[in-house]
Amino acid sequence: MTISPDKVAELQCKAAELRLNIVTMMGSDKVHHFGGSLSAADIVTALYFYKMRYDPHNPDWPERDRFLMSKGHSVPAQYAALAMLGVFPLEELATLKQLGSRLQGHPAMHLTPGLEGCTGALGEGLSYANGMALAARIRGLSYNVYCLLGDGELQEGQVWEAAMTSARHCLGNLVAIVDRNGLKAMDETKCGKLLDPLDERWTSFGWAAREIDGHDMAAICEALDWAGEQTQQPAVIIANTVKGKGVSFLEGQPQFHNAPLNGEQFTCALGEVENALATTEGK
Amino acid sequence: MPEMTETRFAYGEALLELGSQRPEIAVLDADLYKSTRTVLFRDAFPERFIDVGISEADMVSTAAGMAATGLIPFCNSFAMFITSICYLPIRIQIAYPSLPVKLIGSSAGLTQGPDGASHQSLEDIALMRILPNMAVVSPADDVETRQATFAIADWPGPVYMRVGRYPVPRLFDDAYRFEMGKATTLRDGKDVTIFATGHMVYKVLEAAELLAQDRIEARVVNVSTIKPLDEAAVQKAASETGLLVSVEEHSVIGGLGSAVAECVSGIANTPPLLRLGVQDVFGESGLADELLEKHRLTPQLIAADVRRALG
Repeated sequence: MTISPDKVAELQCKAAELRLNIVTMMGSDKVHHFGGSLSAADIVTALYFYKMRYDPHNPDWPERDRFLMSKGHSVPAQYAALAMLGVFPLEELATLKQLGSRLQGHPAMHLTPGLEGCTGALGEGLSYANGMALAARIRGLSYNVYCLLGDGELQEGQVWEAAMTSARHCLGNLVAIVDRNGLKAMDETKCGKLLDPLDERWTSFGWAAREIDGHDMAAICEALDWAGEQTQQPAVIIANTVKGKGVSFLEGQPQFHNAPLNGEQFTCALGEVENALATTEGK
Repeated sequence: MPEMTETRFAYGEALLELGSQRPEIAVLDADLYKSTRTVLFRDAFPERFIDVGISEADMVSTAAGMAATGLIPFCNSFAMFITSICYLPIRIQIAYPSLPVKLIGSSAGLTQGPDGASHQSLEDIALMRILPNMAVVSPADDVETRQATFAIADWPGPVYMRVGRYPVPRLFDDAYRFEMGKATTLRDGKDVTIFATGHMVYKVLEAAELLAQDRIEARVVNVSTIKPLDEAAVQKAASETGLLVSVEEHSVIGGLGSAVAECVSGIANTPPLLRLGVQDVFGESGLADELLEKHRLTPQLIAADVRRALG
């Protein structure tokens, strides 16, 4: 199904707003995961504002689609989406990582409304997503499960244990998305382990795979629709992204995996994401 | 000679019964379902049974996801594997949000026997006990194992339960009621209190018989819930008997002995505590009874160590 240009424009506007919320909540002079949160922004927007069956007034609805941020350090992108939907107040975003806040540095499902699991140590999320997908089958529920992984995270062995489990159980209600920004905490993802050819790795593990530009909103929505049609096997969307996307001097820079922006950098970053929002709103 | 049975058998049967009563019970295994006795549940409820294959961490994380969506999953493997390979997901995905996943460590302790150090869990109680929100249960016989299986399903948070493949006699009658967090005094005495858990409970009851022949009156306390510990029972023993002893088929670091020590450490005029168990070494291959002898965990050697401590 082709997504209408109006819908795409509306979602691009949401993504710009989401990026503005990410940069604003992180602020200046504080260590935050800017890079991975910004690379995931378009994907998270498409999930919450296009694809998922989700009632923000009832985040515990048993039939809701579930989104698990397996690359837990990028949870600010999810916090922004949940706040924009009204699951908790937008003002609360400013408490990110502060003592006593519900918005922990990594996802804490028992503290934050709308989170589906605890992650943060990489590599465990896909197994957990399998559990949610299997539970739907056991309980006779019809929800879908979406799990966002980092490409660096794929170096953790448990991801591939989980991938084999998903395929063994033909989990057609499970969609994995790889935020392939090409960078880890220190280096390029290709340092340390060989991941290519990534699509063939997934298909050889029994998954349906599709590769897209992870910042092309129409492509993301179409890929999510395609994944929904894969009812007999799990589907993975390999989304090629740019770490730090939306703030020019953060883009592709591994040193901004988890780092502070100084006052000048922050002003600059805020200006860029504000301009982007004004531009998309103008369309 | 009373009838002897392994606690893992009672667990497997109880799990089957639990499954027939409660549709939210799901069972996961990692290619050990005959050993862990989840085979009974598997055959009866295949739609609620997942064998993930040889991938224990994947199993535990999968169970966490199932628990988050309203099921009560029981995860099964050898005690050694389920508490070590899976430690990270147990900590972050289960204990941290306090999800009701039940982790069952089978073939626990030194009595695992011939497979040696790689398979003998001597640190599992310590590893699980230190995690916030995690309860730790170690039943002594088949009656208690059966009741504990039902009780941990009702417990709102995560639980680690140890079961074994070493034959033990029945210690409890049908009137017995297992309660989470409640230790039971199986024999009263004024000279010494011996705290024991799991397979060691009946060894200690036999040791108490031997001590009685020397006119030493030993109180024997079955600590089947190591966490939350029955602090009242420990404090009572500390005030009423002149020597405390702990006996476990586990390292003396971090297990039952440590839990008792932590409990009494803030109390003035506490009697000495003798911690019997595996003395900070790895296990090795051997028959269960040979290993118990080597580590001084037979009734005769437990009694000898208690006598020596009493002077």
